[in-house]
Amino acid sequence: MIAIEHVTKRYGDLTAVRDLSFKVDKGKIWGLLGPNAAGKTTTMRILTGFLPATEGKSSIGNFDVFEQPNEAKKILGYLPEILPLYPDMTVTEYLNFVAAIKKVPAVKRREAVGKAVKITGLESVKGRLIENISRGFKQRVGIAQALVHDPLVLILDEPTIGLDPAQIIEIRSLIKSLRGEHTIILSTHILPEVTQTCDGVVIINEGRLMASGSLEDLTSSIQRKEGVIVNVRKDGPEAAAEIKKITGVDKVGVADGELKVEWNLGLDLRDDIVHLLVEKRFGLLEMRPMAMNIEDLYLKIISGGGDQ
Amino acid sequence: MKNVWIIARKELRTYFTAPIAYVVIIVFSVIIGFFFWSILMWFNNQSMQMAQNQYYYSQININQMVYQPLFNNMSLILLFMLPGLTMRLFSEEKKIGTEELLFTSPISVWQILFGKFVAALFVLLGMLGLTAILSVFAFLYGNPEVVPILIGYFGLFLIGAAFIAIGIFFSSLTKNQTIAAELTFGALLFFWVINWASNFAEGFWKDVLNYLSFFQHFNNMTLGILDTIDVIYYLSFVILGLFLTHWVIQSRWRR
Repeated sequence: MIAIEHVTKRYGDLTAVRDLSFKVDKGKIWGLLGPNAAGKTTTMRILTGFLPATEGKSSIGNFDVFEQPNEAKKILGYLPEILPLYPDMTVTEYLNFVAAIKKVPAVKRREAVGKAVKITGLESVKGRLIENISRGFKQRVGIAQALVHDPLVLILDEPTIGLDPAQIIEIRSLIKSLRGEHTIILSTHILPEVTQTCDGVVIINEGRLMASGSLEDLTSSIQRKEGVIVNVRKDGPEAAAEIKKITGVDKVGVADGELKVEWNLGLDLRDDIVHLLVEKRFGLLEMRPMAMNIEDLYLKIISGGGDQ
Repeated sequence: MKNVWIIARKELRTYFTAPIAYVVIIVFSVIIGFFFWSILMWFNNQSMQMAQNQYYYSQININQMVYQPLFNNMSLILLFMLPGLTMRLFSEEKKIGTEELLFTSPISVWQILFGKFVAALFVLLGMLGLTAILSVFAFLYGNPEVVPILIGYFGLFLIGAAFIAIGIFFSSLTKNQTIAAELTFGALLFFWVINWASNFAEGFWKDVLNYLSFFQHFNNMTLGILDTIDVIYYLSFVILGLFLTHWVIQSRWRR
């Protein structure tokens, strides 16, 4: 439903997005996850056809956003990072205008606006000027304008930014309630947003694709390995070399004086490792299980140590 | 066409709630009213003196002595006021981020552009229309010819449309409304006086400089002379302004 193929975007010498490809199936919610300045907004702008890609192409439904922009844009709802609101309009006037330029027929406009107002909880402010409503309501107006023409595809750039915790929960459950009818991609730099609302995730950093897939796939691929983190008093590298000799050990890494030992799922080598370290008197200080989840993966990726 | 009207309606709404349009129309009417009154007083005086001489008496002409200077003044006041009307049309969309909404909607750049142009033309019509009331007095107490006055107003509409197209172009270049207005004002003034340089040019260039001047083309119309070349001149500014704007918006995307 949403696809981006080998997209590269350069601004002069700066490459914002490099050879990025991913796709989102119909009815799914995917997260575009990455730290600030990872290229999320640029990717979304290319997807919506607001910015052209230097190379590659993107499509919404079966329409290429640059070859058939009108068809693609008709089924697209987009919440940009900067809310595209006219401060001198009332909420209802604004949504009516958006519905009109999104080609909602005049006779259905009132109903469409009413529906968008209802699901985003804007009833109490619908007659007020947008400049006079709070940040949280403005964000909801932004979501309402993306929804007003009942598009098949929703692209939401940082939908919960600037909201208080209660509002964040509300907006997340609103997005979840749209699953099925709409295909949604949302960008965020907050991991829980993805784990709580999305079916799949695309992780990017510095414009590159670092990982992508459904949450289950990613989690299970990470959990093919198990491991421990070991702290020894002396001779770290030598201890690492010794541990590596244990049958079943897949990988031993040394970082910050800690040894990261990994083995394939199904084994349990903790006894062997302890035995070895005690016998050879390396001075075992600590041994703790290595947490292997998406959070670790994400941290690993954005801290630059991603060898995933 | 429907899309053009949707955009035009939105712009008109902003013009009248901001309330830019009321300010522009009222200030324009007050100033033109004052001009009309003072020119009329002068004409009154002049007529009484001229009436004492048989030859001069036959030369009294309200179209020439009242309307010609009035139209010239009106065009100059349009030059001062229209940049203020056009400066926000694109720069504001860019500044507040609504361009992202417009350009990701199933509506073309031309439709957006025409919508904004049409909205500004409506305000221009309002400005000119309100001053037309003044002519009621000229017809009540005098005997002016109708056609030259209509041609003069048509000329004002054309020159205003050209100013608006140029203003929209400068508005598409910057996020800053003041910069858009100043650039428009500078460009309009430059084309107003460009024929001054024709005094120092010869042959072909003299003709070119004269042709380019807003003033030269408008002068004919104030006298009630409608020449196709003048109409084409203003329309070419309109077309040039709109095409340049379209090009700027498209190339801004292509960055």
